[in-house]
Amino acid sequence: MFYREAGDFKTTYQEDSQTFPIKFDRWRYWAVLAVAYLFIPFVINDYWASAVFIPFLIYSIAAIGLNILTGYCGQVSLGTGGFMAVGAFACYKLMTAFPDVNIIFHIIISGGVTAAVGAAFGLPSLRIKGFYLAVATLAAQFFLVWLFNKVAWFYNYSASGQINAPERFVGNVAVTGPNADAWAKYLICLVFLTVCALIARNLTRGAIGRTWMAIRDMDIAAEIIGVNPLRAKLMAFAVSSFFIGVSGAMFFAIYLGAVEVGEAFGIQKSFLVLFMIIIGGLGSIFGSFAGAAFLVILPVALKLVGVDLLGFPTDLVSHFQLVIIGALIMFFLIKEPHGLAQLWRLAKEKLRLWPFPY
Amino acid sequence: MPTNVLYLIEVLANGLMAGVMYSLVALGFVLIFKASGIFNYAQGVMALFAALTLAGIMEGQVPFAHMINAVFGTKIHHFGWHVPALAAIAMTVLVMIAFAWAVQRFVFRHLVGQEPIILFMATIGLAYFLEGVGDLMWGSDIKTLALGLPQGGSRWLEDATAGWGGDDFYGFFIDKLDIVATGVAIVLVASLIAFSQYTKHGRAMRAVADDHQAALSVGISLNFIWILVWSLAGFVALVAGIMWGAKSGVQFSLSLIALKALPVLMLGGFTSIPGAIVGGLIIGMGEKLFEYTFGPMIGGATENWFAYVLALIVLVFRPQGLFGEKIIERV
Repeated sequence: MFYREAGDFKTTYQEDSQTFPIKFDRWRYWAVLAVAYLFIPFVINDYWASAVFIPFLIYSIAAIGLNILTGYCGQVSLGTGGFMAVGAFACYKLMTAFPDVNIIFHIIISGGVTAAVGAAFGLPSLRIKGFYLAVATLAAQFFLVWLFNKVAWFYNYSASGQINAPERFVGNVAVTGPNADAWAKYLICLVFLTVCALIARNLTRGAIGRTWMAIRDMDIAAEIIGVNPLRAKLMAFAVSSFFIGVSGAMFFAIYLGAVEVGEAFGIQKSFLVLFMIIIGGLGSIFGSFAGAAFLVILPVALKLVGVDLLGFPTDLVSHFQLVIIGALIMFFLIKEPHGLAQLWRLAKEKLRLWPFPY
Repeated sequence: MPTNVLYLIEVLANGLMAGVMYSLVALGFVLIFKASGIFNYAQGVMALFAALTLAGIMEGQVPFAHMINAVFGTKIHHFGWHVPALAAIAMTVLVMIAFAWAVQRFVFRHLVGQEPIILFMATIGLAYFLEGVGDLMWGSDIKTLALGLPQGGSRWLEDATAGWGGDDFYGFFIDKLDIVATGVAIVLVASLIAFSQYTKHGRAMRAVADDHQAALSVGISLNFIWILVWSLAGFVALVAGIMWGAKSGVQFSLSLIALKALPVLMLGGFTSIPGAIVGGLIIGMGEKLFEYTFGPMIGGATENWFAYVLALIVLVFRPQGLFGEKIIERV
């Protein structure tokens, strides 16, 4: 009824190629942004910020990054945790080495450092494909975590091997350290996520995105029609690692504040982000959000229902959580291998015809 | 003989033994991958689950006791009997066959024809599911497997070789359990090869591995073969679980041996049983040797990543692994 292309006349090429061709979608997009920027910061409290919103925003960035590599370019990576660790440690070194520079630049530069590391680990992808590559990226995961554990320079020779984020300000508002307010942390994460999502969306629907998708669908055929696989694959690794590095830096500096590398950026993290993009939908920016939201909220919701409502012991609920997550992943793959994003697409298709389905 | 050389030999021998243990896990991967194209990440958790089940049955634990207690407020935990080891192993094999059937019936039958990456994801989901079920069924505390397998260093070998080196050499230290594991692995591989070469179902299994559709068209039931293969993988997982469980106790970290088996697979090639064995031996020896020679220089604990880096380097020159089928791509 209200969800139609009909009557929405496009008179310029810009209008014709915009992200949301349907007017209702555009309104919805602005409405979501308005709620996120103008409403939530005023009502957010510490519990909601640290349990749901901040992890959701940060994981979304990581999921977008991995989705570029795996969903758009077809290179399966299990090194996400390691690359997040690169971002975190780069950010820590920058924060302590240049305390006067604004944290925003630190986070962006950490992304750049991670992009370089990611491109280096992406080099074997020219020879190694499919599962072999997935396992090869595990080399990055284990090697990087080991490196940050063993080389004391990375954690400034602190006795515990931990890194702690010192207090830093944007303007005169603290965004890291123990005194930072929930809304300030939330807003800086939100701004980064918005910018990252915009960049990712526009990269993936442009010429670069099309070369990535050509590589994903069949790399030999892509090479024959003139896509340079070296350039396309390394670019995908670099861009993806940039986002993952940014999210790792924020995960450390803003969300956790203190990090022990094996614990925070272990192999579990790689799998978690991979689950997000699979449940959300490979090759979809919206899917990255949906998957991140799903896997951030699910444990919180399960704990709420299991421990607080039904009164089960905590360890029992955490075991159940494993069973439920595992079962849900299998269920989703059986019912909808293309993830939540595909359900969303189907819903929109239905909505365009509703209420007259023929 | 100089003492250094003797130590080196000892390191190599221990590496070989460790490699056998890796191969045990890698075997299960190869079986399933060959027959169904599924890269089964859950193999490590299957080993954990099998070992948990074995320990639980032997102790006479009540399955799901913790959950039942939480729901009904009861206080049950043990049946109060002990099952002899062989009977318990037989029961565990039955459980693994039931598990194979359930996996095939409820998960992978619905995923036939999906892309390999989707199947891989499904096995990761399966790994989580199975880990949770294992914890719910038998509890998450560390268990010991009292199967009466020999433990500790081999005294006999130590005494026999003590005179070879100088005064500061006390003979080779080799874990008896590793020797047993090597024997078991040899028997296991020999029987697997005999099974696949000389029995009807074994031949059918190889036919399926060769070409699904051709196998289907000569009347082989894919469904049955897949259940068979998952059962075999479950059995291999049980053997690996017993060996690893006897070595370091039955606990969550047992499932992480899957991560140790991955570089073995990469090195040997996903499709080759000899590859899994040779890859395991190379990785086992290589990482012990690297730790022994370079470890002290760069901070130690290199075992975590050395296997992966070694496999990565080999892959750059041979993308299909040492023994894998050549990857032919057509446009």
